[in-house]
Amino acid sequence: MPKRRIIIGALIGAGSFAGTIFYRRRSARNRTRVDLYFDDGSMLSLATGAPDADRLLPIARDLLAEAG
Amino acid sequence: MDAAAAIDELRSLSTQIEVIMVANRDGSVTASTVDSGRAERLAGLARDLVAGADSVRGDLGRDALSQLQAATPEGSVFVVLDGQRMAVATTGADPTVGLVFYDLKTLLRQLGDDDKAPAPAPAEAKEGGDA
Repeated sequence: MPKRRIIIGALIGAGSFAGTIFYRRRSARNRTRVDLYFDDGSMLSLATGAPDADRLLPIARDLLAEAG
Repeated sequence: MDAAAAIDELRSLSTQIEVIMVANRDGSVTASTVDSGRAERLAGLARDLVAGADSVRGDLGRDALSQLQAATPEGSVFVVLDGQRMAVATTGADPTVGLVFYDLKTLLRQLGDDDKAPAPAPAEAKEGGDA
């Protein structure tokens, strides 16, 4: 019986850890984007993975690294 | 207020902004909170970022670009455009976006007002008034 409890506890712990990793990766991906605002008041959000965003984000990362 | 004083004031007021710079869209630096070498490199990167964003705008046939935010888990880059001038700021992750844009617009407006302000009247003219 104690062995079974240990296994269940370990499984719950591993599941929680995997869930946390998944959640953190997904929220980090959602946070990576370029938002463009135009004179007419409209906005365009380019999420990471979009070709335009993948062109602009490396420049932004370089800028952040330089600003350090 | 000149550009250097304006960005120093903003830097002291804002808890989110880490680096601030005012530059022309061609990449020439007007004022910055970092040393001149870094400021020039930052202005060049900001120029490239704006040029890339403007290219996207052109492809989509949108109105002129007014501002942008590039957000990453490490931090964000903000650029606000006003004619040929741009205000650039960097922040940490998850900044209060509206507040940073507001601060940068206010900064550019202050500088714009200074540009438009009439030159002070010569001392002679004041003394020789109606009184």
